[in-house]
Amino acid sequence: MDLFEYQGKQFFASYDMPVSPGEAVTTVEDAVAAAERLGTPVMVKAQVHTGGRGKAGGVKFAADIDAVRTHATNILGLDIRGHIVENLWIEKASDIAEEYYVSFTLDRSAKKHLGMLSAEGGVEIETVAEENPDAISKIWVDPTEGLTESRCRQWVLAANLNPDVTDQAVELLLKLYEAYTDGDADLVEINPLIVTPEGRVHVLDAKVTLDGNAGFRHDLAPFDATQPRDEREAAAHAKGLQYVGLEGSVGVIANGAGLAMSTVDVVNQVGGRPANFLDIGGGANADVMAGALEVINNDADVQSIFINIFGGITRGEEVANGIIEAMNRVDISSPIVIRLDGTNADEGRALLEPHLSDRLMMEPTMLEAAQKVVALAEGTGS
Amino acid sequence: MSIFIDENTKVVYQGLTGSQGRYYGRLNRDYGTQVVAGTNPKKAGTDVDGIPIFATVANAVEATGANVSCVFIPAAGVRRAVLEAAEGGVELIVVITEGVPVHDEAYFYNKLKADYPGVRLLGPNCPGLISPGKANIGITAGHIAKEGGPVGIVSRSGTLTYQALYELKQNDIGCTTCVGIGGDPVPGTSFTDCLAAFEEDPETEAVMMIGEIGGSAEEEAAEFIAANVSKPVVAYIAGLTAPPGKKMGHAGAIVSGGKGTAQAKMAALAAAGVRIGQSPSEAGDIMAEVVAAL
Repeated sequence: MDLFEYQGKQFFASYDMPVSPGEAVTTVEDAVAAAERLGTPVMVKAQVHTGGRGKAGGVKFAADIDAVRTHATNILGLDIRGHIVENLWIEKASDIAEEYYVSFTLDRSAKKHLGMLSAEGGVEIETVAEENPDAISKIWVDPTEGLTESRCRQWVLAANLNPDVTDQAVELLLKLYEAYTDGDADLVEINPLIVTPEGRVHVLDAKVTLDGNAGFRHDLAPFDATQPRDEREAAAHAKGLQYVGLEGSVGVIANGAGLAMSTVDVVNQVGGRPANFLDIGGGANADVMAGALEVINNDADVQSIFINIFGGITRGEEVANGIIEAMNRVDISSPIVIRLDGTNADEGRALLEPHLSDRLMMEPTMLEAAQKVVALAEGTGS
Repeated sequence: MSIFIDENTKVVYQGLTGSQGRYYGRLNRDYGTQVVAGTNPKKAGTDVDGIPIFATVANAVEATGANVSCVFIPAAGVRRAVLEAAEGGVELIVVITEGVPVHDEAYFYNKLKADYPGVRLLGPNCPGLISPGKANIGITAGHIAKEGGPVGIVSRSGTLTYQALYELKQNDIGCTTCVGIGGDPVPGTSFTDCLAAFEEDPETEAVMMIGEIGGSAEEEAAEFIAANVSKPVVAYIAGLTAPPGKKMGHAGAIVSGGKGTAQAKMAALAAAGVRIGQSPSEAGDIMAEVVAAL
C-alpha cells in the first residue's frame, strides 16, 4: 500500500532518519495555523498517491502566512492526474545545496534487494537512467546477509556524492535499509535526499510502499484508511474481495486471479469494456458470490454481468447453487451471462437450466459468453 | 516419466491438523499420493485419519522417509516452516499458503540457495504440482488431468492451470507433470527451472506455459527457450488489458513503470519461437495441433 509523503516521513522518522518538522492538514485554516506554529517560510505540499505534483502546481514555497493561505486555497481540491487533493503537508522549508536520489526495492529478477543511489537527484530517476545511466550507483543486497557498513560505504563512494557528507550518507542509508526491511516495504525512495548549505544530509521527500501482507507484524490500519479507492473498490475491500475498478460497462466475476485477468482480456478482445476485475477465489460459494454481485450491482455503469467460473476442487453443482442462492439474496439490475466449466460442469448447468431467462443466460465457452455479455451491455443482445 | 515428483514420492504435510491441510491432505491421499506424515509440535503422537503426526519435519523424515513437504501453515509461520523443512531433510518444499510477505520470500529463497542448494522450493501462493496417475501435491483437482504425456505444463495461475489440464483431457491429451509456480514476486521455482526439467524428461514432448503480467520471468523463459529448449512450447499470457499500477489479484501481477506488460512477454516468447494463444482455449487448440503433429 502506498503511503502519503507525510506518512512516509513519519515512517522514516520512526527509524531515526532526519526529516523536517511539519503537520498534515485538510483545511486552509489548519494550514495557516500549522505554518504559524512551524514558523515561515514553509512548503505547502499536496498529498496524493501519484507523481508529478510539482509540475501540476501541487508543491509551493510560502515565504509568509499570506502565501500559505493563497497556496493552500489553490492546492486543496486541485486535480493532479485524476487525484483530487484533500490533504496538505505543511513543512518547514529547507535550504538546498545539493540534491541526491536513493531507493531500495526488490529486484524480482535477481531475487535480491536493489539499492540505487545517484548524485543527480531531484529529477525523475527514469530520466537519469535513460540519459546518464552511469550516474546511478547500484547495489544488490542478499536478504540473508543484509547491508554491511563497509559495503554501504563502497556504494556511497561509487556514487560520487560530496565527499564531506560520506559518513552522514552511510549512516542514513543504513537506517533506510533497516526501515525497508524491518518495515516490510516494497519500496522506499527519497528524491531528493538533500545536503543543506550547512552540510547536513536531510530527507526532503518520501515515497514508501508497504507490503499489505505483512499486516501481522505491523499496524497498517492508518495507511489502509488513506488508500485511494473509489466507492466500488472500498465496498469490495470491506468484503475482502480482490477487486480493481475499471471504466467500462461489463461487470466481471471470475474464480482465480488468472481467470479474472483472462476474462477482462476477452471482454476487451470482443469489443466490450469491462467495469472491473473481480476474483472471488477458488471456492465460489453463495456468500462470496452474493457479496461480489452486490458490489457489481452498485456500480451504476454496469449494463451486463459476466460470471466466469472454472470448477476445480469446487464442483459445478456447488457453484450453480451458489449463484442461484446469491441471486435470491441480491436484486440484480443487469442481465447475467454465465460460463461454467470444469468439474461437474454438466451437473451445474442442469441445476441452472430452470432458472434461465432473459436476465440469466448461459453460454458454453468463454468467447461466446463474452460476445453475449458485450452485446447485452450495448443494448443489442436480446 | 515426470518431473520433480513421481509414484515413489512421500509427502509430509506441515499444517495437516489445520482445516485446509486436513482437507487437501486427504484429497491428495485419495488420489493415490503417498501422504506419510503431518507435523504439529503440540499434537505429536496423534494422527489425522490414520496419517501420523510428528513434532517436526526432521522427525517425520526420519520415521517415514518423507522426501517432499507440503506447507499449509498460515502466512505468518511460513518463513519458519520452510526453514524447518529444509533443515529436516526433504528435497522439495511446496508452499500453498498465500499472503506471505515479500521480505520473507526473498529471505528464505536466498537462505535455501546458500545453505540447502539441493532443496527445491515451489511457491509460495501456488496450487502445487501433479504428475497425473502418480502423485498430486497441493490443491489441484486430480480428476481433471489425464495421465501419461506428452505435454508438460508450467503456470503462474491456478484456475488457468486447471483449465489447461481440463482442455487437454477433453482432447484426450495427457500430462506428464503440471507445475503451478504461483503468482508471488519471488517464486521458489521459475518457468526456466521447469522448462529445463521438461527438456530433460523423455516423456515430455511439448510444453504449455501460462504466464501473466508483472516481473520478467516470461522474458527470461523466452531467452532460455531460444537457447536451450528443443521441444515445442505453447504459451498464454493473462492480463493483456490490465491497467498499469494495479495488483491484479496476485501479489506479483502488476505492470509498474511500463514494465511487465503482457505485450512485451508475448513478443519475447514469440521471438523465441513459442506459439502464443490469444485466449486460454486458443492455446489449448494450438497445443492439440502441436501434439497431433508430433
